[in-house]
Amino acid sequence: MLHPNNSHLMFLTRKVEFSASHVCANPAWDEAENRRVYGANSNPNGHGHNFVLEVTISGQPDAITGMVFDLRELKEILNREVVEPMDHRFLNREVEPFDRVVPTTENLAMEIWRRICPAISGEGVRLHNVRLYETADLFVDYGGQEQGEVR
Amino acid sequence: MRLTRRYRFASSHRLDSPALTAEQNRRLYGKCNNPFGHGHDYVLEISVEGRVEENGLMIDREALDKLVEAKVLRRLDHKDLNRDVPELVGVPTTENLAQLVEGLLLADWPLAPRLARIRIAETERNTFELEAVAS
Repeated sequence: MLHPNNSHLMFLTRKVEFSASHVCANPAWDEAENRRVYGANSNPNGHGHNFVLEVTISGQPDAITGMVFDLRELKEILNREVVEPMDHRFLNREVEPFDRVVPTTENLAMEIWRRICPAISGEGVRLHNVRLYETADLFVDYGGQEQGEVR
Repeated sequence: MRLTRRYRFASSHRLDSPALTAEQNRRLYGKCNNPFGHGHDYVLEISVEGRVEENGLMIDREALDKLVEAKVLRRLDHKDLNRDVPELVGVPTTENLAQLVEGLLLADWPLAPRLARIRIAETERNTFELEAVAS
């Protein structure tokens, strides 16, 4: 039996992967300073990761469709805003705004939020979390806080 | 924002409560009560929470790694939790182990982001997680 009036808040997560190269360095600093702050990530010629992105949307299942959000639409949003522009790209040279913003995993997660948030709409539906794995052993979670604001 | 880093350590333990009889311990802990102990490859996740600095980083990864290595991994990796880790109070369940890790890290926590969460997988099937108290 379905109970369409007994709707719970639910969290739906979709995972996509993209492979990209980047350099984490501030052009205003010398190589030693960049190495001190960003470590091996500052190698001027770049290096790459198989980034894994998990996007979580919150909402209540629609009484008619039984869905929080159309997964096919979410797949298209993630492909259009993230995978197509970033997969097999050098982030610093090919993806805005990383020609002028250091593409740390933190900044990349915030940029992904900015790109996909406007496309996720619906009654009671909201983008809940962006989890970005740089490697299996390092990931960040971003919930849309303003820059500088602590969750 | 939260940043999570994953570490590994291998330790042995035996679950046996002095407050229970031998028979009660056997029934409660089952195989984990084997008198000679057994071990796990634990997977430890440390999450920190804070603001992203102007350099685009929330935390210096190396500083976090060094802290966890010095305070936690060095004490637990390739150790017997019952005999080699006197700081571990009570039965060395992964619940108690997670609370010990929290205590070890919060004592003189030197980093700007706060310790947010500790998650330990004892095996791939059993995971224990706690939200850290305010440091």
